[in-house]
Amino acid sequence: MSVRVTRRDFLKGTAAVGAGLAAGVGFPAVIRAQGGKEAIKVGVLHSLSGTMAISEAPIKEIVLMAIEEINKTGGVLGRKVEPVVEDPASNWDLFAEKSKKLLLQDKVAAVFGCWTSVSRKSVLPVFEKYNGLLFYPVQYEGEECSKNVIYTGATINQQATPAIDYLMSPEGGGKTKFYLLGSDYVYPRTTNKILRLYLTKVKKVPESDIAEEYTPFHHQDYQTIVGKIKSFGAAGDAAVINTINGDSNVPFFKELANQGLTADRTPTMSFSFAEVELQTLDVKPLVGHLASWNYFMSLRTPENLRWVKAYKAWCAKHGTPDKQCVTDDPMMHAYVHVHLWAKAVAKAESTDVDAVLRALEGLEIDSPVGKYKVDPKNHHTWKPVYLGKIRPDGQFEVVWKSKGWVHPEPWSSVTYPSRECDWSNGGKGTYDLVEGKHVWLSERK
Amino acid sequence: MALRTEVVSLVAVALLVSTGGLVPRGAAAAPGAAGPDFEAIAGQLAAPATQTTAIAALGGLTDPAVEPLLRALKDGALYRWNTGVAVLGDDGALRDLAGRPVLDSRGQPVVPREGQEAIALEQASFGRVQAILERLQVFTGDPEARRSAAFKLGSSHDLTAVPVLARALEQERDARTRTVLEEALAKLRLLAPVAATRADAARALGRLRSESALAELRAVLEREADRATRQTMQVAVQSIDSFVFLRSVVGYLFNGLSLGAVLLIMSLGLAVTFGLMGIINMAHGEMLMVGSYTAWVVQELFATHFAAHLDYYFVIALPLSFLTAGLVGLALELGIIRFLYGRPLETLIVTWGIGMIFSQSARLYFGDQTSVNPPTWFRGGVEVLRGLIFPWSRIFIVILALGALAALYLLLRYTYAGLRVQAVMQNRSMAACLGISTRRIDALTFALGTGLAGIGGCALALIGTVDPEVGKTYIVDAFMVVVLGGVGKLVGAVVASLGIGLANKLLEPAIGGTAGAIYAKVAVLAIVIWFLQWKPTGLFPSRGRAATEAAEAG
Repeated sequence: MSVRVTRRDFLKGTAAVGAGLAAGVGFPAVIRAQGGKEAIKVGVLHSLSGTMAISEAPIKEIVLMAIEEINKTGGVLGRKVEPVVEDPASNWDLFAEKSKKLLLQDKVAAVFGCWTSVSRKSVLPVFEKYNGLLFYPVQYEGEECSKNVIYTGATINQQATPAIDYLMSPEGGGKTKFYLLGSDYVYPRTTNKILRLYLTKVKKVPESDIAEEYTPFHHQDYQTIVGKIKSFGAAGDAAVINTINGDSNVPFFKELANQGLTADRTPTMSFSFAEVELQTLDVKPLVGHLASWNYFMSLRTPENLRWVKAYKAWCAKHGTPDKQCVTDDPMMHAYVHVHLWAKAVAKAESTDVDAVLRALEGLEIDSPVGKYKVDPKNHHTWKPVYLGKIRPDGQFEVVWKSKGWVHPEPWSSVTYPSRECDWSNGGKGTYDLVEGKHVWLSERK
Repeated sequence: MALRTEVVSLVAVALLVSTGGLVPRGAAAAPGAAGPDFEAIAGQLAAPATQTTAIAALGGLTDPAVEPLLRALKDGALYRWNTGVAVLGDDGALRDLAGRPVLDSRGQPVVPREGQEAIALEQASFGRVQAILERLQVFTGDPEARRSAAFKLGSSHDLTAVPVLARALEQERDARTRTVLEEALAKLRLLAPVAATRADAARALGRLRSESALAELRAVLEREADRATRQTMQVAVQSIDSFVFLRSVVGYLFNGLSLGAVLLIMSLGLAVTFGLMGIINMAHGEMLMVGSYTAWVVQELFATHFAAHLDYYFVIALPLSFLTAGLVGLALELGIIRFLYGRPLETLIVTWGIGMIFSQSARLYFGDQTSVNPPTWFRGGVEVLRGLIFPWSRIFIVILALGALAALYLLLRYTYAGLRVQAVMQNRSMAACLGISTRRIDALTFALGTGLAGIGGCALALIGTVDPEVGKTYIVDAFMVVVLGGVGKLVGAVVASLGIGLANKLLEPAIGGTAGAIYAKVAVLAIVIWFLQWKPTGLFPSRGRAATEAAEAG
């Protein structure tokens, strides 16, 4: 997906921001809230430049497409939805500043945004302080459950642990050794911490059969690491769990292919590598490597076919080359959560954050992966899990699918067996079950 | 009656199993004696009561001719026909086991009756059939698939696979596949009940330097009771161990050489612009990026216009990236940098800004979804030692780096143009007095430096990414090489890049841990800083009056 921002887009964006400013200054908030036919503003907070643009720019596109769809069918509560697009430029501090601007100046009803966990952590205090509403579309490490965030991406048990189960099953090759390789930041480190516990405690894999390694963002030279993986998996009983984020995947997979590390001997299971990233690579040597997601573009459901078609039309209209016009998991979540928000606003008959949050509890919606729902309590979502194998045409072939949707576990049952989260009527968020009683974390010193 | 046919067919299966190796390929097609055997198996598979036994018996079978039958059973395309069975072809008509169409009494092709169901494969047997089919993959036409199947069988701990592998080895002609088959066979024979067989297997594995069997061999060694066999196994483990050690040393050295070449090709251009001319060009990384994007654009043009000759894009892209980056450099020199000679700080800031403009323009124009795919000739690599592959793309970069270096050296040392460049760089005013147009020389030298960076970017796109940020990942390394080598000396850049490459790639495995790659880089930086404290002018400092004067003035 190209981030081709034309001059016209830029002008439009500026105009939108300008209009937003004018509206924000012009009318007191009270009048606006009751203001009848005036447009409802929502924020779109994804990096359109910097390291993360490769992954986040397409999300902005799909969010805008969803908003346009909503507006075409009459908007919400009889009012149009107006996106306010901000570019935090892969700069984590700027994420916080921009979200403050969106909440205080633009008075947006909701924000769709963030990709990396560090960006989410950076905006979290802002949303909690000003009681905003953030929809976060990316799979993440869990151990968080904010009142002001709806997490639509996968939690560990909706992506990582099913992948491990599959790799250890006969269909997955009966792997018994695991090489955990990731970028050096919070998501891979936390995921691997949980996976290590899961492997050793639940799956009884000895510590000596688990290797762990991190590389910085933008790392380019994977010669040594691929050599190590080759030795590690020489007996054909190992798999790589790849949590490398961003463009380092390209040199990693190139090196993998060049050193003859094939999927049938040592498969790589990726958690942050989807169709969008795959499009740029020479796929042939990578056929058979795996990825775990809640969605693949190749799913042959009527809803998905319709959605992909709609997005292709959107690309054609906005000048994105067809080759780069692919859909992937975070885009699916981002698309669905815009519609979720609209449905909740309609149900609550208000854009008030608390009312919308209440309306979201247990809310179900049709999505490209079929039925999709918000958990009644913990602000995460229920959805199916798919494992896919890279096909020669740059798409994934589904090799495993969960039975129905999988419940979200913000606090992994492996690391925190008695910790849950509840925001429904009177719930105060995260709690520990101690002798059958709720001990709220927020009330604990 | 039914019981009798069952007994007969069981005997037939048993016979087939025991004579396994003797049934010629394509036996089902021959009307001879072997034909009825398949009919018998098929008959057994058709009856639910005998299906499981028949499948179990098939497990030991070494004849690939049974494959179509099993595949049909698994795919639910096997039907009862008269007394025997028939397979449903793609055209919807039934075929017999030899693949001939089944004809009725009037000579017409037969289709399954309305409502007739295919012979069901019991759920419990599905996995077994799948396993047998996988096992028969050691006979398929594609050597890659044969090797993969053989490797899987070798690690299956399933002794019944031994005859299958042995038969496959007899037929196999491809040398690489033979090695894999031998290895798989030996790995299974390690588990044989006879001590002598185990010892033989261990010897074979030692001879094959089989790293994949090392864990297995160690485990078997723990359990081994027979003393002589133990000893043989120990020898085998030692010989594999020492081979693996040797191989990793060779591997690390190559990794170091390869990284050295990458660094050299990154910094060669900078060695000219900064080393010779003294321009602190912070946009050097972006000049590399220009080369990378040139490669990408040429690749995309080929993909749309000459898809059939896509591989040749690189032949065009390499010289073109030199020209593009060179022209960009020329324009920069004429438009901006010439006004900043002798003002290093301003140059630094201006070129830094130019770099940012370049990288943001690339983002706006090309987006982030770009990647150069090496031509298919560069796919894979050459296996120098068993299990150690030198990728062609890296070998190419080593050769290209040396080639570019040689060309640059010859140009500077042996041509008239090179002589003038050297004259200007050493003593500008004297050169000007002698009638050399120093302005033109400056512009052309700068263009040469950026052009070299363009070549580097084009080559690095083979193994790395092409994105707007890529320049920033190169610039630090490039400056490090030139400063460490000693400003103004080509030989310094060569020694420095090789030294840094080797140090980095030897330290990385030595440090180990969960962040070896990061700490190796940190360690190399620390070493370089320490070295520059000790020898501030680098490995090969420039000597002579001009250099001394410059040092005194600075």
